[in-house]
Amino acid sequence: MTSSQVQRARENFSSVQIDRKVAEVVQFILVKDQKKIPVRRADIVKHVMKEYKVIYSEVMNRVRRTFEQVFGLKLEEIDTKNHIYILINKLEAGETVSMCPGNPKSGLLFVILSIIFMKGGVAKENLVWNTLKKLRVDSGEKHDEFSDVKKLVTDEFVRQKYLEYVKIPHTEPVEFEFRWGLRADIELSKLKLLEFVAELHDQDPQSWTQQFREASASESRT
Amino acid sequence: MSRPMGDSHRRFLQSMMSNGIIGASQAKALHKHCCETHGAHYAHDRLDEFIDVINTQLQPMFMNIRKGMSEEDGLQYYALVNMAETDVTRMASDYADNELELFRKTMDLIVDSESGSASSTDILNCADSLQTKKLKKKETEHVLNKFVQDKWLNEKHGEYTLSVRCIIEMEQYMRVIYQDLIKVCHVCHNIALQCQICENPRCGIKMHLPCVARYFKGRSEPHCPACNDFWPHEIPEILRSQSQGSQSLSSS
Ligand SMILES: [Mg+2]
Ligand SMILES: [Mg+2]
Ligand SMILES: [Zn+2]
Ligand SMILES: [Zn+2]
Repeated sequence: MTSSQVQRARENFSSVQIDRKVAEVVQFILVKDQKKIPVRRADIVKHVMKEYKVIYSEVMNRVRRTFEQVFGLKLEEIDTKNHIYILINKLEAGETVSMCPGNPKSGLLFVILSIIFMKGGVAKENLVWNTLKKLRVDSGEKHDEFSDVKKLVTDEFVRQKYLEYVKIPHTEPVEFEFRWGLRADIELSKLKLLEFVAELHDQDPQSWTQQFREASASESRT
Repeated sequence: MSRPMGDSHRRFLQSMMSNGIIGASQAKALHKHCCETHGAHYAHDRLDEFIDVINTQLQPMFMNIRKGMSEEDGLQYYALVNMAETDVTRMASDYADNELELFRKTMDLIVDSESGSASSTDILNCADSLQTKKLKKKETEHVLNKFVQDKWLNEKHGEYTLSVRCIIEMEQYMRVIYQDLIKVCHVCHNIALQCQICENPRCGIKMHLPCVARYFKGRSEPHCPACNDFWPHEIPEILRSQSQGSQSLSSS
């Protein structure tokens, strides 16, 4: 479309209508984010934007501004090919809200991400389950807090992009391994995580040379 | 005049979004925490003004942080309310159609009852006649559990009541749907479900239990504040938590 076409399309909507549409898109994304489901541009267009898709960019720019100015969140495109978005916490200092340590699910996730990180970025499934078992979280049993732990870890956390759970090639019987998911990369501070692990072991974070180097490097990148 | 929003406000809002509802003392602690984290000016007695700043910005998004009292403990709570969907459909993204129908039916039972509660037996009977899709006994119990976990209902000894979150968020909807069936508390003027009722048939005012406790505290002969008839119900004690109102931030 040419800019004059956009201009003409824009005139079909009153500013009140556009305000309302911005609010609808914000709510739509917030609901998805609450469940940590990444949002596809196609879904925004199909379910919310509808006939307003001719002014998609204008609406989305205001949605972005609203997220930053009101909610302290950044709408980040994590897949530029398929146009998939997630919300990232922009506030500095303190832990991310979605990773609040009081929340038991966050706690479990934090432990799993720590195991993977300390193993150099990839951890075999068995190792993760065995470590969790020592913390009295058993994948084969119903847990009071998480009910189905295996499903939570290999399905929910994966869907939310906190973890990757992939088959190890050429294994018989099939084995799986865990890696960090995209959202974990963006939302978590590796340095914070290393400090957490170091505190557990009552040691200095720097005594894990490799991990400390990686954590410091990723910190300076952001 | 709308004051500018800072990161302290944004952090407070983010926490409201992940919690849905928090107690007043928790809100006070969070207010302090947010101001200190972002080096913002902190005035301990200005929580409601702090929240007003957020609400001004939330208004265009049809959202609002609203205060309400729990019918059970008489404590104040703050809930993040979605005004675009003031009815049960605001739960639609979390529940299936028949689960929502079950919720509506449960709400009907509770509003209709004198006690402001519905027994699990009565709710299970409803589940048998859902129009959308029947729920089996086990499924119904599971859904009810989910309602409690998500803080829409409270449960005590098999009796279900509407939670403070539910009442704060759905007050408007309930007033429209139930109209005259809904009465407000004579003392605090909020919707009154779990309460005592004046037995004088020409009066019949309602009072929440915590409001009864506060209102009659220290009076020897309780009389109805509206018609002056003798108040025949047992006067509940003021709860310890109600007078102290201390709840730690970590309890969330
Ligand atoms: Mg987030
Ligand atoms: Mg909804
Ligand atoms: Zn009252
Ligand atoms: Zn009376």
